[in-house]
Amino acid sequence: MDNMTLKENDGVKEGVDQETVDAVREVGGKYKYGWSTDIEMEYAPKGLTPDIVRLISEKNEEPEWMTEWRLAAYDRWLTKKEPDWAMVDYPEIDFQDQYYYARPKSMAEKPKSLDDVDPKLLDTYKKLGIPLKEQMILAGVEGAEDAPAEGRKVAVDAVFDSVSVGTTFQEELKKAGVIFCSISEAIREHPELVRKYLGSVVPVSDNFYATLNSAVFSDGSFVYVPPGVRCPMELSTYFRINAENTGQFERTLIIADKGSYVSYLEGCTAPQRDESQLHAAVVEIIIEEDAEVKYSTVQNWYPGDENGKGGIYNFVTKRADCRGDRAKVMWTQVETGSAVTWKYPSCILRGDDSQGEFYSIAIANNMQQADTGTKMVHLGKRTKSRIVSKGISAGKAQNTYRGLVSMHPKAKESRNYTQCDSLLIGSECGAHTVPYIEVKNNSSRVEHEATTSKVDDDQMFYCRSRGMDEEEAVALVVNGFCKDVLQALPMEFAMEAQALVAISLEGSVG
Amino acid sequence: MLSIKNLHVKLEEEDKQILKGVDLEVEAGKVHAIMGPNGSGKSTLSYVLSGKDGYEVTDGSATLEGNDLLDLEPEERAAAGLFLAFQYPVEIPGVGNMTFLRTAVNAQRKARGEEEMSAADFLKEIRAKAKDLKIDADMLKRPVNMGFSGGEKKRNEILQMAMLEPKMCILDETDSGLDVDAMKLVAEGVNALRTEGRGFLVITHYQRLLDHIKPDVVHIMSDGRIIKTGGPELALEVENNGYADILAEVA
Ligand SMILES: Nc1ncnc2c1ncn2[C@@H]1O[C@H](COP(=O)(O)OP(=O)(O)O)[C@@H](O)[C@H]1O
Ligand SMILES: [Mg+2]
Repeated sequence: MDNMTLKENDGVKEGVDQETVDAVREVGGKYKYGWSTDIEMEYAPKGLTPDIVRLISEKNEEPEWMTEWRLAAYDRWLTKKEPDWAMVDYPEIDFQDQYYYARPKSMAEKPKSLDDVDPKLLDTYKKLGIPLKEQMILAGVEGAEDAPAEGRKVAVDAVFDSVSVGTTFQEELKKAGVIFCSISEAIREHPELVRKYLGSVVPVSDNFYATLNSAVFSDGSFVYVPPGVRCPMELSTYFRINAENTGQFERTLIIADKGSYVSYLEGCTAPQRDESQLHAAVVEIIIEEDAEVKYSTVQNWYPGDENGKGGIYNFVTKRADCRGDRAKVMWTQVETGSAVTWKYPSCILRGDDSQGEFYSIAIANNMQQADTGTKMVHLGKRTKSRIVSKGISAGKAQNTYRGLVSMHPKAKESRNYTQCDSLLIGSECGAHTVPYIEVKNNSSRVEHEATTSKVDDDQMFYCRSRGMDEEEAVALVVNGFCKDVLQALPMEFAMEAQALVAISLEGSVG
Repeated sequence: MLSIKNLHVKLEEEDKQILKGVDLEVEAGKVHAIMGPNGSGKSTLSYVLSGKDGYEVTDGSATLEGNDLLDLEPEERAAAGLFLAFQYPVEIPGVGNMTFLRTAVNAQRKARGEEEMSAADFLKEIRAKAKDLKIDADMLKRPVNMGFSGGEKKRNEILQMAMLEPKMCILDETDSGLDVDAMKLVAEGVNALRTEGRGFLVITHYQRLLDHIKPDVVHIMSDGRIIKTGGPELALEVENNGYADILAEVA
């Protein structure tokens, strides 16, 4: 691993802390975000037709070119087949039996104060752990921007079912020149940027789900950081699927112009329902010369119950394009939810000396199936990539790491290091590692290390003999196993992620 | 304090009897030593007392301050005040030594309905105690027992014991693999914890640890039974003549 200059993260957040354990207790084995909010919703009719695509476009008050773009995607989608190569198994999805558009009715008009806001919507934000000031701003309360903030600033965009319900700290970000808003707003207000970049990383025809998303995405987040600007705060988006039988298709577009920096967090939750729900998002990131983007996800969609009933089908296309020289991207993901996960955040290392990093924790418990990994496509000279994947399987779950490392002929003197560790809890689950490696020049080097281990009885007994119960012991051992990845997360997310690790392994022992 | 009566234990998976009627009474404030040839069942006794899986108690009882130990989960025994310093301490990758201990201390406190120890108090205490055992800051941060030398592992066990403040301490061959200096450190650590309210059961192979930790009572164990009990002089007898004489005498 010699010459890797990718920097190690300092600021160590060790093992399990009290909050993890409290969280486990509090949740008592139940999915924490399993509540649903009873809010009056506006739906488009079920099913997918050109008219639905037009309706979504119209609802978002989109210009003509955008409507055309969507319709072209729709036509492509009709010609595509659902992929079947992943190691996941689920009943056939009836794409005509879904709602493609839903939004809370209360969003139609701007409320004047918190009193005018549907209290249930506010309650939702509170349960998601969004601070009060952000709750007000998200609810669109006038003057909320001037209210005093608690704690550290994180700008939040919340996407409730299909629509972005509000973005916080817009003014402050504007001062720095940063644009952070919903993608629908960006299409209206910044068409030149959207037209230039949308679909430039994940082409409309990239894959079945991305094509579907291109036709029907209803909202999502948009970020533009101008040249030389270091974004003054972390940006974060909370995605929540609330409505029943509604697919969620968000589109996120992040552009880091030359020499800029931004750290972006994404959190996802959904209510507990017996019906499975579909989620097919697309995230595109463009990183210009000397710019750097950190993208962290804590994905906690409802995983379904112990018998595999319900849960989110999560088919996501995430890709970052390091277009300029010395561009850097770091994906960090903690995947604890979803019944089925199909997700491979990727890096196109086009610029010379560009770097891509991928840190992943994927936990699958009960009947969950996760097929996830990354692609590192080395095109530029002296490009570097690093992959650290930690897969944890418990119950009857199947967890697959699928990774591609590709060194193109021109990617001279490039390096990849991959470390892929699997941890099994119990004897009915499975872990699979599927690395694809292509090296088309002789000066590049690829290193791959893989391990599979079990949570060992001696470790459990040692912890318990010191006073921890089984759940605390497993959480501690698993958090230790994931440490390299947890360290890559921003502080707040690291705490949340540790707690999630513990929660999602509830009931996996004993 | 610790009262073991007629304890019979077999392996769960195999039809093999390991403890064949152990009787032992450790009073508060006293240090009892158990010596005996390899394979006589000393570690098994310590594991069964602390609740390790894989053993079946076929007869007898074990209580701590009157509470039936054998009915409790391992963590409940710990919260009740039992501590085992392992013969082979276990490695836990990625889990900081300090995080491990803090999780343990607070888990026990919570189980007993006590207030948790604040991060600041915990730090202060662990630093002071680590210093006495010559455990440096680096060792506190490193993952539990990972890459620790034999001596470091054993000192770490004593540090855990000092932080958890158990009522009844069982030390399983804490002296094995230690050089003289390390053994002195460990012995000092143990002696510092000797109080009126605390009982010790020190399992060892050799007399030399008992030069530093002076026992009140010495037991000889063989083939799953305690075959002889005496004062500190019994350890010297073993040291000079080995086990053969004692075994012959009992047979
Ligand atoms: N889990 C086990 N599986 C098989 N044999 C065991 C197990 N535990 C203990 N024994 C056997 O029980 C006997 C006592 O072992 P042990 O308690 O380790 O003795 P000591 O600590 O006195 O050396 C030995 O014969 C040992 O091989
Ligand atoms: Mg032994």
